[in-house]
Amino acid sequence: MTVIERREVALVDLLDRLLSGGVVITGDVTLRIADVDLVRIDLNALISSVNAQVPSPFQELT
Amino acid sequence: MTGLRYVYAVCRPFRSALQTQLKGVAGEPPKQLTHHGLVAVLSTVPERDFAEEPLRAHLEDLDWLTETARAHQSVIDALTVVTTPLPLRLATVFRDDSGVRIMMEAREAEFRRTLDRLEGRVEWGVKVYAEAEPAENGPPAGTPTSGRDYLRQRRSRARAHDDMWQHAETFASRLHATLSERAEDSRLHAPQNASLSGASGRNVLNAAYLVPRADSESFVELVDRTKDEEAGIRVELTGPWAAYSFVGEEGA
Repeated sequence: MTVIERREVALVDLLDRLLSGGVVITGDVTLRIADVDLVRIDLNALISSVNAQVPSPFQELT
Repeated sequence: MTGLRYVYAVCRPFRSALQTQLKGVAGEPPKQLTHHGLVAVLSTVPERDFAEEPLRAHLEDLDWLTETARAHQSVIDALTVVTTPLPLRLATVFRDDSGVRIMMEAREAEFRRTLDRLEGRVEWGVKVYAEAEPAENGPPAGTPTSGRDYLRQRRSRARAHDDMWQHAETFASRLHATLSERAEDSRLHAPQNASLSGASGRNVLNAAYLVPRADSESFVELVDRTKDEEAGIRVELTGPWAAYSFVGEEGA
């Protein structure tokens, strides 16, 4: 594969992937494994504060 | 060792070392935690920033989020050079190593299936934008000479806009169909809002494609060829990314 020129990745493209992609370790894992104090943050608040028109990609977490 | 564990990705064991200068979130170098033949790549993060409450507050701070997202991505990028990582979502934090081990055990079968499916694949992002203003074709508008003339001009401008968006959407769905045929899998992300992206024009397609590394060059060439195909339409390619958009189980 040839080297493809990469500009710095745009934040919005990064957040598309980091906030709506990636493996989700869900809260119910915490419930099933009682002694793991797992912190999983959903980012509804941030996204809706940035733009109310963008549908939240995090509905599955709530 | 005090501090919480921030987990970036789960991988199969890899031989090559990560760059020694690599820093993760909170400036700590990432480490490997091997459990049942899988590796969690993690770094220690301070409780004062990454416990639930401070983290919640920080995530509302766009500067902090930007810095953390970029640090997360730099670790994933480094991993992508040496293996095919299974990236976790931003800010997946555990109390300690044993919490990470318990999670790995609980998800082991799924991690193995997904790692097999993604082995040697990368993700490419393709976005299509309709430029904000339609190309000026047709008779020049000129200054309206009457109220009726004004309304006629306004209607025709609105029609030109509708036509352009319709045209862009047709182009985007055709491109998506073509690229999907060449990719193993595809996902549609929500179109990006211009106020977030700062990009000009309206985003009509925001898609991700899962492509074997070996086929990436021809995939990229295919996207490049479409770039100048149509006036008033812009095509943007990003990647290669770790397969963030394809970590879910099939049919999930």
